[in-house]
Amino acid sequence: MELTKERLVELKQISTNLRHTILEMIHTAGSGHIGGSLSCVEIITTLYLEKMNFDPRNPLDPGRDRFILSKGHAVPTLYAMLSYLGLIPRSELLKLRKIGSILQGHPDMRSVPGIEMSAGPLGLGLSAGIGMALAAQLNKESYHTYVLLGDGELQEGIIWEAAMTANKYKLNNLTAILDNNGVQLDGCCEEIMPLGQVAAKFASFGWQTLTCDGHNIAELMTAFEKAESYHTGPSIIIAKTVKGKGVSFMEGKNTWHGRKIEVGDYRQAIAEVGGISYAE
Amino acid sequence: MLNKLPITGKKAVRAAYGEALVELGNTNKDVVVLDADVSSSTQTKLFGQKYPERFFNVGIAEGNMMAMAAGFAACGKIPFVNTFAVFITLRAGDPLRSVIAYPNLNVKLAGAYAGLSDSYDGATHQSVEDVAVMRSIPNLKVIVVADATEARLATLAAAKIEGPVYLRLSRAEIPVIFDGEYNFVFGKAHQLIPGDDLTIIANGYMVYKAMEAVQALNRKSIYPRLLNLHTVKPLDTEAVITAAKETGAILTVEEHSIYGGLGSAVAETIAQNYPVPMKIMGFNDRFGETGGYEEVLAKMGLTIEEIVLNAERLIKKKSER
Repeated sequence: MELTKERLVELKQISTNLRHTILEMIHTAGSGHIGGSLSCVEIITTLYLEKMNFDPRNPLDPGRDRFILSKGHAVPTLYAMLSYLGLIPRSELLKLRKIGSILQGHPDMRSVPGIEMSAGPLGLGLSAGIGMALAAQLNKESYHTYVLLGDGELQEGIIWEAAMTANKYKLNNLTAILDNNGVQLDGCCEEIMPLGQVAAKFASFGWQTLTCDGHNIAELMTAFEKAESYHTGPSIIIAKTVKGKGVSFMEGKNTWHGRKIEVGDYRQAIAEVGGISYAE
Repeated sequence: MLNKLPITGKKAVRAAYGEALVELGNTNKDVVVLDADVSSSTQTKLFGQKYPERFFNVGIAEGNMMAMAAGFAACGKIPFVNTFAVFITLRAGDPLRSVIAYPNLNVKLAGAYAGLSDSYDGATHQSVEDVAVMRSIPNLKVIVVADATEARLATLAAAKIEGPVYLRLSRAEIPVIFDGEYNFVFGKAHQLIPGDDLTIIANGYMVYKAMEAVQALNRKSIYPRLLNLHTVKPLDTEAVITAAKETGAILTVEEHSIYGGLGSAVAETIAQNYPVPMKIMGFNDRFGETGGYEEVLAKMGLTIEEIVLNAERLIKKKSER
């Protein structure tokens, strides 16, 4: 289904507001992962607001599509989205990382409704998603499982164990999305540990591979639809993104992977991003 | 007083576990079984033959298997994860900790070939530290199985316990010490033999060794109490404190490191509640080695004679107080 121009403008505005919210959350928390949260905003927006069968009024519906944030450090983006959907009180957003808050530093499936899997140590989400996809088949449920991976995360060996497994069981109800921002904590992926031909690697493991601009909602939608209509096996969408997207001095910089945002930087970042905050 | 051991024969613990899984598969359709290319060893192949649609052999990829189980459990399944104890603990320990124990997911972990029971394969395949590791992870419950009868009962019980449970299983064909009357109660110590001179607390195959030792001690007019403390976590602290109060000395025997296992759990309890003379028998901070099962156990100091000797020493220590 093609999105209308009006809807695209609306989703773009929501993405802008989410970025504003994420920056405010991390600034207020005094720590957090900025670059990788900003790079996956459109991916999460498209999934939750257009693609996934997910009703926030019934977040435990057995037939709901599942989303796993395997790159768990980007959880501010997920919190902001779940808050936008009404699952997290807006008054809670600025309590991120504070003692007693439900908003833990990494996703905790027991503390926040809508978080489908706890995450933090990288590489585990794809395997967990395979378990969910297999459970769907056993339960005769038609839900789809989406797993968002970081590119640095592909350096974890367990990802490739999972890649083999998804192919073995021909999991056409599983889609991985790669937030391909090219930067990890210590530097560029190419410099720290080159990933090689990611698409060719997954293809050789039996996956359908799709590529798109990870900040272009229309392109993301097309890729998601291609993934969903592929019946032979699992798909991966390699979404080309920019780490720290939306803030000029953060873009592509590993130094903004995770840190405190000082007041001066925060003011400039908000001025560049624009929009409004969903936090209260 | 124990005149005759109630031994009805020998049976491999892994065989009993494999059969119990099949039984469970029939009564509980939510049970799924995962194995990492050792289903002939763990005997999960029995389940796989009966319920192929609920059996997942993921190849030699233990971490992947563990994290998959988290996904199954998050969707209402009851996954039993299977591989050797040494791999389930440490190779797959990170997903176990972070995506199973942390969210308290309903996953059952069956550690096969535990202790020295895979004796000929040597130290790389023997587990000296699994109970210590598992016991220190929040939310995780730990059961150490003593014989084939208990393997069946503990497996059925684990499926009914909400949250992650570790079952420590032996490879060995060992004496069946419990008959059909045995009432396995998760979290409760089982008193096998009454006595007041001291208390011997054991689990796993060491329960049998301890029974033999009690017979030998009885012949010397020493009457120990014998507890099978199959559930190491949560620990039956009441039974342990009562034993300390009523018998005044405690000897623990386990097929595991003296650090962090049954002995440590008992010591933590009595040190904080009712200190009495105590001795922890197990592996003295060392790895195992290749050899016959009984030979390796003997080299590690886990023999009936050593249990008798340590019991006598403890009684002496108690009388000197």
